[in-house]
Amino acid sequence: MSRAPLSLIGLLLFGCLATSPSQSDELKDLYFGEALYYAHQGHFFEALERLDTEVKQHDELDEPALDTLYYHIDDAEFSLGDFELRYRMHHRAGRAIKAVLEGAVDEIVRNDAAYRLARIHFQKNQMADAMRALERIDGKVPDSIRDDIEFLRANIYLAEGRPAESIDVLRKLQDSDSFGGFAAYNLGIAYLQDGQRQAALEQLERAGQIATDEPAELAIRDKSNLVLGTILLEDGEYGKSIPYLNRVRLDGPFSNQALLSSGWASMSTDSFERAVVPWNILADREATDRATQEAMLALPYAYGKLNVHGRAAIFYGRALDSFSTEVDKLNASIESIREGRFLEALIREEIRKNKDWVIRLRSLPETPETYYLMELLASHDFQTGLQNYLDLADLRRKLLAWETSFDSFDEMVDIRHAHYDPLLPDIDTLFRELDSRIRLRIEQHKMLVKRRDHMLTTPRPEFLATPEEQAILGRIEHIETQLQGSESAFAVSSLQRLRRLKGMLTWTLETKYHERLTEFDRNLRGLDHAMAVVQEQYDQYVRARQAATHSYVGYQKPIKRLRAQVRNSVTKIELLMVRQGHLLEVVAVEELIARRSRLENYGDKARFALADSYDRATQAQANMDEQ
Amino acid sequence: MSRLTRISMLVLLVCSPIAIGGAQELSGDDIRSLDGQVQEIKSDVLNIASELSNLEERLLYPSNTQIAVFVSVAESEKFRLDSVQIEINGELATHHIYSFQELEALQKGGVQRIYTGNIVTGDHELRVTMLGKLENGKDFNASDSFGFAKGVKPKALGITLAGPEFGASGIQVGDW
Repeated sequence: MSRAPLSLIGLLLFGCLATSPSQSDELKDLYFGEALYYAHQGHFFEALERLDTEVKQHDELDEPALDTLYYHIDDAEFSLGDFELRYRMHHRAGRAIKAVLEGAVDEIVRNDAAYRLARIHFQKNQMADAMRALERIDGKVPDSIRDDIEFLRANIYLAEGRPAESIDVLRKLQDSDSFGGFAAYNLGIAYLQDGQRQAALEQLERAGQIATDEPAELAIRDKSNLVLGTILLEDGEYGKSIPYLNRVRLDGPFSNQALLSSGWASMSTDSFERAVVPWNILADREATDRATQEAMLALPYAYGKLNVHGRAAIFYGRALDSFSTEVDKLNASIESIREGRFLEALIREEIRKNKDWVIRLRSLPETPETYYLMELLASHDFQTGLQNYLDLADLRRKLLAWETSFDSFDEMVDIRHAHYDPLLPDIDTLFRELDSRIRLRIEQHKMLVKRRDHMLTTPRPEFLATPEEQAILGRIEHIETQLQGSESAFAVSSLQRLRRLKGMLTWTLETKYHERLTEFDRNLRGLDHAMAVVQEQYDQYVRARQAATHSYVGYQKPIKRLRAQVRNSVTKIELLMVRQGHLLEVVAVEELIARRSRLENYGDKARFALADSYDRATQAQANMDEQ
Repeated sequence: MSRLTRISMLVLLVCSPIAIGGAQELSGDDIRSLDGQVQEIKSDVLNIASELSNLEERLLYPSNTQIAVFVSVAESEKFRLDSVQIEINGELATHHIYSFQELEALQKGGVQRIYTGNIVTGDHELRVTMLGKLENGKDFNASDSFGFAKGVKPKALGITLAGPEFGASGIQVGDW
């Protein structure tokens, strides 16, 4: 039979109150998406680690508006708080959300933050603070949490013993899509707390008839019927209580309690035949359940009332055997827990792989250390302690895995150091040589560019003379200087010839200037490309050189520090695990001892009743024989 | 057994409002004190994890050679993604088979970092192959190649997957 513990209802509602990790319409930041990927799988440690790093990096940017997280920053900060809450880090979650609340944010965002903060306070049982946080909500409220806020408000009123205020809020939530079933049930309880019995009964009747397929709402419908039936039973309206108790589904989490109460209601109206029906069903169920154990004793009691003493004796005998087996199991469980096997069983890897691990615990192999696990999990404090213990075990596993990676990091750094250290000095010497040559060429290139730009505005044809022309011009100027001052006929005629030659050269330089400037510009552009290639190679070399250094320099200190931090944390965690584990064991053993003593008491009763039934059966047989 | 006592106990057991679990007084103070310390150590370990990731990234995937490939599923897609294979320049980079939980996380908008590695700057080719099942139960597979350029900054590629109706192959690659 599939059966969820009572505490599951609390968990189901928690699921309703906790909003989903935020999801923007269009995801612009892959790393935020990555955090969501982990969060959606329930891996909140990984989600937190990634998102926390991403948000910190974003906050350190000079121009955050250029970062892709900028579009999601409100969602990201909320999600941080949400993930922290789900990873049971209420202190940090509270701080993160308060930071949003106190920042200069939009009204909708502020109201959302106030709601989340109120939820945290509520979970920590700080009702006044929770209500103060809700009172900060003012103005526009996001549609998605409108009902959540009111449902939380109603719950705070109930927890503070102010049912009248709660009633006002819950009435308005009756048609809520997300909280209809829960609000209907809670309204019934609020009426009850307020002393309005009739209204409570009518409300619970409504809550017990909601049409739904949702497992959570089906469970709440069952609970409404169970509570209604129980109230009527308590008030002596036995006949009226039975239909409500019978409405509780046979495969729901409240069916055992309902079957038991239904039997007692029938017994109270002296309908003994009717009482044996639910108790017969119940007596065959899980023998560790309290209701089942009570039914095992109640069933033969009903047969006794029906004067079927033989059958009563058989069932008392069966109950006695079952109680005795259970007491043995309890003894074995207590012993096993004291030997530390309980905690070992809980941290088995295969259990934690499933997000519904609490439910899966039920399917653990039948071993002494886990027989009564689900019953223990019904306690909120035990659950908190257990979750903390499991989280600690997870953290320890992670830290131990990280510890081994430090050795690999060290080795990697050493290998790189050994590889680069002898190579780099020679490379650096060669580079320095090359560097000075490259710098010279870069300067020359710059000068040519400058000259070209200058010639575009101020033509200088002599700058574009060919080497031959420059040599001829130089020769002409040299001869001119030598002939200067001479008045001989040869000198006069030579100077005239030189002027003609110079004129010819000037003509060539002037007429070919534009053609040559175009050619020069084309060549220079070709050189621009070559220089860009050189510059790119130069930059690549500088980056590669830096990367070589960065690949092994500057790691020793952080590795050493992290190694020490990890070791320190492992020690702290191991101490905490011992304390937390011991506390769990003490709580578990106390609970199991209490159960054992109840079962021993049941056993005593069954023993006496068994003897009595035998007597009565023998007496009845004797009477029949006489007749 | 007193019927009245039994019924009273039953009422106490069942008549509680549904709310987030209010703490019962069961060694509560000790558990709460430890709870605070557990929260502190969680915070410490998160800080270590963050520093360690940073160190690991610098050591293993320097920014000038780093490439990260992310996978997401197109909005409202109902097909069941079974596996994805990534090849870079014809060499297998990674292959991932999806669990139900992982697929659900993708369908809810999560983005999976499927591969982080190192490549040189320049032009490269990415080949993506996916296998899955359509809503009607029919198997499907798709494969597509994309060119991309790696510069000096870390490269992030986002792959969006969808059923056959999404595009030619149902695979899109975006540069981030």
